[in-house]
Amino acid sequence: MAQALNRLKESASQTAGPYVHIGLTPNFCDIKGVYPADLGATMVNEKTKGERITIRARVLDGTGTPLKDALIEIWQADADGLYNSPSEMRGTADPHFAGWGRKATDMDTGECVFETIKPGRVPFKNGRKMAPHISFWIVARGINIGLQTRMYFPEEEAANAEDPVLARIEHKVRVPTLIAQRAADGAYVFDIHLQGEKETVFFDI
Amino acid sequence: MSADPFSNRKPETGAFFQRDRLWHPPAFTPDYKTSVLRSPQKALLSLDNTLSEITGPVFGHNMLGELDNDLIHNFAKPGESAIGPRIIVYGRVLDERGKGVPGALLEFWQANAGGRYRHKKEGYLAALDPNFGGCGRTITNEEGNYAFRTIQPGPYPWPNGVNDWRPAHIHFSVFGHGFAQRLITQMYFEGDPMIWQCPIVKTIPDRAAVESLIAALDREATIPMDARAYKFDIVLRGRRSSLFENRLEGN
Ligand SMILES: [Fe+2]
Repeated sequence: MAQALNRLKESASQTAGPYVHIGLTPNFCDIKGVYPADLGATMVNEKTKGERITIRARVLDGTGTPLKDALIEIWQADADGLYNSPSEMRGTADPHFAGWGRKATDMDTGECVFETIKPGRVPFKNGRKMAPHISFWIVARGINIGLQTRMYFPEEEAANAEDPVLARIEHKVRVPTLIAQRAADGAYVFDIHLQGEKETVFFDI
Repeated sequence: MSADPFSNRKPETGAFFQRDRLWHPPAFTPDYKTSVLRSPQKALLSLDNTLSEITGPVFGHNMLGELDNDLIHNFAKPGESAIGPRIIVYGRVLDERGKGVPGALLEFWQANAGGRYRHKKEGYLAALDPNFGGCGRTITNEEGNYAFRTIQPGPYPWPNGVNDWRPAHIHFSVFGHGFAQRLITQMYFEGDPMIWQCPIVKTIPDRAAVESLIAALDREATIPMDARAYKFDIVLRGRRSSLFENRLEGN
């Protein structure tokens, strides 16, 4: 026997279920008047620094069908690579950019759209810079524990090639699952595949 | 660094403890049918946290409306209230080290007393309550404590097996200090025999993990002639101290 460490266990995850909108985006599902706006619906204002970008994201199941009841949250650094968080010790992030967004996927198309800015580069633990990226967290009915992944940018070929997280992906054919595609209108298109040949790399992080 | 590295008043920057994936439900749980086509099949890529996961947004108490933590009234017409057994749900958000988590955003949603959700995709024949919306939110105080008022939700049938029912439950979304702590779970009610029959509950492999999602009836916190109380503590991932963090050299 030894002394007890007295640690607690993390509360077990349970699926967000089909009605996650009621709790997290009530205005989106026509519960009006409780909150003035859905949290995380607007990420930038006219004072936010940085290049405006649009991300169109979908989550696809094992048959390739987009989920119409998923919810996605994103978290990212500002244009200078600083996070708007108390744990950010390197400087003060843009006060006009929280860096966090939340969207439900459309109930008909399965798409959700984030209007945000392109993040700057953030250092890895050893000081090397990671490529610009946005963290994604995905929940839905049928997903028992929130899925964590990242979106990288297709035009950042050099930065992506030296990114220490992408470098950890053993099967290089899977790296493109984390890199958005550029649509003709300039928007970034990011399809998250839950299963199959194109299954997105998800993190245990 | 500060003079008092043990102070928990200054922001913490350590990585979060590894998630115990054997304690949480696995992705693929065929008795919960929807998980079959929505479960990743390849191994997750395990990585120590980077700044992108250690950090997270802050939600200030000033964003809260007066009735955000009162589901009995936040959707009700003036002077009216939601129908159902009046309850208070209270508890504490802690991390795995047992420290209270101040400033945690909690969002909750639930069915009404008849087991009906206010949602256009919901087809259960139980009646809607015109005075019940079903959502609420609050932010924990300095010690990590929270409380809200609601009505006890009803159990409801759902399409999975021919005759599957969800036990009465409240959905919780929890935002701690780092994006890696993000968690959604459900709260169940002490003494409900339907908990142990539910395919969604049974996605959790460990009985003790289920028991820690069951709120306890607390007669001492009950308000006489008004509302019963249930205690529900939530635990988020703990984090390592950055006191003796390894620094790689030569980079
Ligand atoms: Fe539910």
